Amino acid sequence: MPELKRTALYDLHCELGAKMVPFAGYEMPVQYPLGVLKEHLHCRARAGLFDVGHMGQVTIRAKSGAPAQAALALETLVPVSIAGLAEGRQRYAMFTADDGGILDDLMVARRCDDLFLVVNAACKADDIAHLRAHLSDICEIEEITDRGLLALQGPEAERVLQTLAPGAAAMRFMDVAVLDSDFGPLWVSRSGYTGEDGFEISVTNDRAADLARALLTDEAVEPIGLGARDSLRLEAGLCLYGNDIDTGTTPVEAGLQWAIQKVRRDGGDRAGGFPGADRILGELEKGPDRLRVGLRPEGRAPMRAGTPLYASETGGAPVGTVTSGGFGPSVGGPVAMGYVPVDLAGNGRTLWGELRGKRLAVTVCALPFVKQGYKR
Amino acid sequence: MKFTEEHEWLRVEDDLVIVGITEHAAEQLGDIVFVELPEAGTTVSKDDEVVVIESVKAASDILAPLDGEIIEVNEALPDNPGQVNDDPLGEAWFFKMKIEDMAALDEFMDESAYKKFIG
Repeated sequence: MPELKRTALYDLHCELGAKMVPFAGYEMPVQYPLGVLKEHLHCRARAGLFDVGHMGQVTIRAKSGAPAQAALALETLVPVSIAGLAEGRQRYAMFTADDGGILDDLMVARRCDDLFLVVNAACKADDIAHLRAHLSDICEIEEITDRGLLALQGPEAERVLQTLAPGAAAMRFMDVAVLDSDFGPLWVSRSGYTGEDGFEISVTNDRAADLARALLTDEAVEPIGLGARDSLRLEAGLCLYGNDIDTGTTPVEAGLQWAIQKVRRDGGDRAGGFPGADRILGELEKGPDRLRVGLRPEGRAPMRAGTPLYASETGGAPVGTVTSGGFGPSVGGPVAMGYVPVDLAGNGRTLWGELRGKRLAVTVCALPFVKQGYKR
Repeated sequence: MKFTEEHEWLRVEDDLVIVGITEHAAEQLGDIVFVELPEAGTTVSKDDEVVVIESVKAASDILAPLDGEIIEVNEALPDNPGQVNDDPLGEAWFFKMKIEDMAALDEFMDESAYKKFIG
């Protein structure tokens, strides 16, 4: 196994008593002494600090210097309107494959003279190769390796960040800005992966630990590990690449059609022109065969990824599978997501998940499981 | 009190053996969110999976430490699984079982041996 990489916050994690685990090629904190359950609840009640420095940060700049050219170039790889993205704004996107599957999901920010992308750690090498293979004639693709990435999430995130980076409070959901601070210029977006209000903050590696320590001096802020990051995003109904979306699922099956703006759909000015457009636009028109849905198992038993789903309590073949599931600390019970045929995907529908040879009822329900705290 | 290599504790009370998991096990498992107990009256063999517990991270099985019969289970636990973390050696016992041969308990570790075992 290749040696595990470390983020700029590795020493701080150890000092804080984190339990470190291998994740996407990095040694990352899965939990701190507070424990997953309390970390989760703390983040929803106050504020949580996450190290997401393992994720990929990439800039795309048009060789001509014209930002619109970089935007149009990226549109050849994603079904999202990038040319329509205003400066200082960010959008959720996904790299699609020729068959309509998803290669990765990502955030794209339009800055004054480039595009700034944040991609999943496990996919970043492939994503960068993909970008270079398709866009290098027109664009410079640069992986940003000298910056770490922190996420500050929760209802008190705004107050805490504002004290260190004035200007944070003036941002709204999905805004991006460069904010001055004692830790150098911070590349800040008002977004995250918890369903709460919050920020993602790119900071140079040499200042990342100082910034993290400064944020942690506020009594509202606790460090949060990957364990609670997963339960927070699950309750928020957000997809985990590799579980809920992958090369075998399309954006429409995944219920991500909200990310495909009208201008990229049939009849739009820049319709299609991305990998898998035939399948994806066809599914938008006619509807997909299956859909990602929220699932509330009855009782207390968590239904984890891989649990087969059945249309009836006995007999029959599985109709779908749980792709993410576990205990939702804020919900106070098990929550899950999975794919089921469209005719079984209506809210309120009862399905059965098989655990340890027993079929337990689950109810199809709307996502997210918790109210979003975004400041729009 | 005796300890198994599966991180269970066994305590004799009258003619029954009470079974739970150790503090070390509870800590390793993380926050427990689900407990499924067997029915009282179930006859079990050593190493049968008798209890399912799930933490925020994963599911684990608790094995029967010896052959015997489950006499009583801790009915309060499934409604309050977090007690396994809060009081693993006390309130959060799983079940009481009757075993044929109390001498069989001698094969298990005592507290100092268990402490060495977990390092």
